[in-house]
Amino acid sequence: MSELIEIEATINGRDRSLEIAPNHTLLDVLRDQLGLTGTKECCVVGECGACTVVVDGIPMNSCLMLAVEIDGRDVTSVEGLATDGHLDALQQAFLDVSAPQCGFCIPGQLMSAHALLQSNPDPTIDDVHEALGGNLCRCAGYLQITEAVLVAAKAGKE
Amino acid sequence: MTSNTYVGSSPNRVGGYDRVTGAQQYVADIHLADELHAKLVTINESKARIISIDTTKAEQVPGVRLVMTPDDLPKPMPRFGPQYQDRPVLAADTVNYYGEPIAAVAADTKEAAEEGAAAVVVEYEVLPNVHTIDAALAPDAPLVQDPSLRVGETFANTNIKTEINFGWGDIADVEADADFVIEREYEFPMVTHFAIEPHAFIAQPDGDELNVWSTIQHPFQLQKTLARLLNIPLSKLRVFAPDPGGGFGGKQHPKLEPLVSYMALKTGRPVRLIMSLEETFQAVRRPSTRVRVRMGLTSDGMMVFKDIETNYLIGAYVDIADRVASKSSYVAAGPYKVPVVKIVGRTILSNTAPTTAFRGFGVPQITWARESTLDEAALELGIDRFEIRRRNVPEKGYEFVPGDTPADGEWIQTIDKAAELIGWDTPLPEGHGRGVALGLKSGPTTGLSYSTVRLLADGSAILFSGTSDMGQGARTVFAQIVAQEMGIPLESVNVIMGDTATVPYDQQTSASRSTVLMGTSVYRACKDVHGKVKAMAAKVHGVDESGIEVDGGVVRMAGEDLPIMDVVTAGLGPLGGEVIGNGEMRKDKVPGHPLAGSAAFFEFNCTAIEATVDDETGEIQIIKHVTVGDVGTALNPQQVHGQDDGAAIMGLGHSLMEGYILDEEGRTRNLGAIDYRIPTSKDLPIELISASIENHDGPGPYGVKGVSEGSLLCTAPAVGAAVRDATGLIIRDLPLTPQRVWEAMREQES
Repeated sequence: MSELIEIEATINGRDRSLEIAPNHTLLDVLRDQLGLTGTKECCVVGECGACTVVVDGIPMNSCLMLAVEIDGRDVTSVEGLATDGHLDALQQAFLDVSAPQCGFCIPGQLMSAHALLQSNPDPTIDDVHEALGGNLCRCAGYLQITEAVLVAAKAGKE
Repeated sequence: MTSNTYVGSSPNRVGGYDRVTGAQQYVADIHLADELHAKLVTINESKARIISIDTTKAEQVPGVRLVMTPDDLPKPMPRFGPQYQDRPVLAADTVNYYGEPIAAVAADTKEAAEEGAAAVVVEYEVLPNVHTIDAALAPDAPLVQDPSLRVGETFANTNIKTEINFGWGDIADVEADADFVIEREYEFPMVTHFAIEPHAFIAQPDGDELNVWSTIQHPFQLQKTLARLLNIPLSKLRVFAPDPGGGFGGKQHPKLEPLVSYMALKTGRPVRLIMSLEETFQAVRRPSTRVRVRMGLTSDGMMVFKDIETNYLIGAYVDIADRVASKSSYVAAGPYKVPVVKIVGRTILSNTAPTTAFRGFGVPQITWARESTLDEAALELGIDRFEIRRRNVPEKGYEFVPGDTPADGEWIQTIDKAAELIGWDTPLPEGHGRGVALGLKSGPTTGLSYSTVRLLADGSAILFSGTSDMGQGARTVFAQIVAQEMGIPLESVNVIMGDTATVPYDQQTSASRSTVLMGTSVYRACKDVHGKVKAMAAKVHGVDESGIEVDGGVVRMAGEDLPIMDVVTAGLGPLGGEVIGNGEMRKDKVPGHPLAGSAAFFEFNCTAIEATVDDETGEIQIIKHVTVGDVGTALNPQQVHGQDDGAAIMGLGHSLMEGYILDEEGRTRNLGAIDYRIPTSKDLPIELISASIENHDGPGPYGVKGVSEGSLLCTAPAVGAAVRDATGLIIRDLPLTPQRVWEAMREQES
C-alpha cells in the first residue's frame, strides 16, 4: 500500500485534516472514509453526474478528482446544504415540486444546481438544462428538477 | 376531516426529505462491521468452455480472504430463476454470455478484491456463439443451452426456448373480406434499464440465520429463492430491500444474491458486492425483437384480421423473458376490434446478457411494429391516422380479446384528448411532421398482497407493506390511503417496507400493480381497523353496532360524527395500546388461462408527437410530445405526472438513441455511460404534455388503475410516424439515431 498523504480541506464548512491514500478519488474519500454517503456512485467515468460535489464553487464529478487535489480547498456535498436541520431553498423546492422520484441522482442534481445559482442567481430554463446537462436522471424527472431550480432561484430573490 | 382530504391530492413525497438531504440509504450506503468486498471474475468471451481456474496468485494478494470458484459450491451446480431453474450461481463449465461470472474474490478492501480478481487465471477454449435471431435459428446453430438441462421441452434441441400461439378465428375465412393487405417487419434493439443505482448486494451470516440486503424489487421472491438454495427456513432468511435507486424491471428477480450468500456463508463474514454500471449492463437488458405484422383492412380502414409473428432474442438464461414474450404477445393485436387474430410468439436463446422485465414488459417492441404498420396502411388507404384508430378502438365493455377482460375505459376520450392537445387539426409549419400511436398493456394477471395497519394510541399510524418504492411513490399513495381512512394527518403515518422479517408477504412490485393490488390491501387493512373501532364505539357508548358506521376517519352514530381517535382513545382506556388491522388482496390464478389469469386492468395510452428533422445532420427534434393515459383516478396527480413524464422521456431514449452494440463475437462494446446514451435535460421535447383521463372506473381504491408504464408503450411509433410525416422516410429499425436518419435521407435522395 502506498503512503498516506496529509491534507487540509474545508468540507461542508468544517476544517478537516485528512490522511489520504494517493490513489483514492474524492468520491472514495467522501463515501468510504468520511461516511458522507449522500454523494452517489454510478458510472465512475464522469458521465452521469451522480457524484457531483462543489469544489471552490465549481461543480465537479468527484469520481474523476483525486482526493489529494482538495488540499486547501472548500468542498460542499449534499450534506452541506441544509443548516441546523433546515432545508435550503433548493432542497425545499425539490421537495415541493416532487423532483425526486427514486432519488439516487438527486444529490448530484442539487449540487450542480447549487453551483449554478451561486454564479447565476437568475437562470433561464436553457441555463438550467445546460448546467444540469451532465446529471442523468433515469426516472427522467427533468421537468420537475428544472422547475425546482427555477422556483428556488425565484425564492432566493424574494 | 372532510371526506376526500387526501384522494386526488399531491402531498410532499413520503421519503422526499431524505432524498433531498442525502440521508436516504441505498444498499451501497450500508456498511457492516468486518465486511468483505467482492469482485467478479469474467473473461473476454461470450461463449467458452472453462478448462481450469487457477486461484494461486489471487490467494496470495494481501487482504484476499476467499477466491470462490464452482469447486466451492454444491454439486451439481445450484441453479435458479423465476421461470426455469436454469441460471447457475457461477458459470457451470461453460461461459454462456459476455460478462458471466466464473469466480469471485472476497477481500478486506475493494482494491484487494480487484487485484485478486485480476490475478485469477482462467484457462478456456472459445466456442462458437450465437447473438442474433438469424444465427440462433440457423439449422446448424450451436446450442446455447445443453439439451440435458431442458428435459421434456419441445424445442430442447434448438435455440427456441418456447413458441406460443394465441388468437381467435381463422384468417382463411375472412381474408377475402380485406380490400387491402399490408405486411411489414420491424426491429427493436437491445436496450438496458440504466437505473442510476447499479445493482448491489450484501449477505451477512448471523448464527443459523442469514441476512441479505439487495437492490431487488421483489424481496419476497429473493427470500424464497435463497431459502430453497441454501435450505434455510423462510423465518431465518431475512431480506432487507432498501428503496431501490430506480428499478424499471431490471431489479425484479434474483441475480447475484445467491453467489454473495454462498461467499458469506463460506467466510463467515458479511460480503458486499457493489456492481459497476458496466457489470449491471451485462446483467440485465430488454429482449431485442423482430416483429412481422400482416394486417387486412377494408377500404374504409376497418380491421379484418391481424397475423403477427414476434421473435424475442433472449439471453443465455431465461430469467422472466418467456413471460415477457407471452404476456406482450397475448395483446399484440392492440386495443382494437379485430374479428380474426393469429399470433405466434417465440423466445430465442442466445449468448447474450440475460433478458428480463423492462418497463412495458415486451409491449413497446410489439407496439413499434403494429402501430407503424397501421400508419403505413392509413397512408396508403388515404385515411386520417387518428381517424383509423378511432374507427377500430373498442367501446368500454367490449371483449377485444374474446373471453378476457373487456375494454375497461372510455378509450375514445383518451384519443380525442391527445388529438386536441397536439392540435391535430391545426396547420403544420413547413418541415414539421406529426404522428400518433396507441399503446395497450395488460396489468397484473395474478397477485397477492398483505398489509398491516397499526393505529397507535396517539393517533399516529404505522403501515407495513411489502411493496418496493423505487421512485413510483408507493409510500406516498399508501400513506394517503391510511391518512384518508383513519382521518389523521399524512405526516403522522409511517410506512415500513423492505424487510421480510417485519413486513407481511407481497408477491411483487411490477406491472404497475401496487396502487391497485397493494392499495386495495391497505384499504382493507384500514377497513379492518374500522371494524374494530365500530365494536369499540358500541361498547364505549353502549349502543348496537348496527347503528354505527365508520368511514373516512369518522365514526357516525346516533346522528353524531366523532373522529375515530375520540372512540379509540376511550376504547383503549388507561393502558393505551393500539388497534391493528390486516388487509389481503388476492388475484388468484385461473386454471387453463394462457396467462394464468385475466388482466386486473389495462394501461391505455395515446401518444402524439410533432417533430422536425435536420436535413444536414439527421437529428430529430421533438417539438411537442403529448401523452394521455386512462388512469381511472389520479390518487396523487403530481406523482402520476412524474411517472408519465418520466416514461415518455424513457421512451424517447429507445426511440432516438439507445441500443447495445455487439461485436462479431457477441461482446457488448458500449458498456457504461460514455458510449450508451440515455436522454439528458438537453434531449427533451421543446414541449411535453402529460394528461390523464379520469372516470374513476379502475378496480383499485377510489377507482384507480395502474399508471407507470403507459407513456412509453407507443412513444417509438409516434416518433417514427412524425419523422415519416416530416420527411417521407419510413425507417423500420430503432433507434432513430442521426446517423440512421441521415443515411436514410441520402438513400432517399439517390
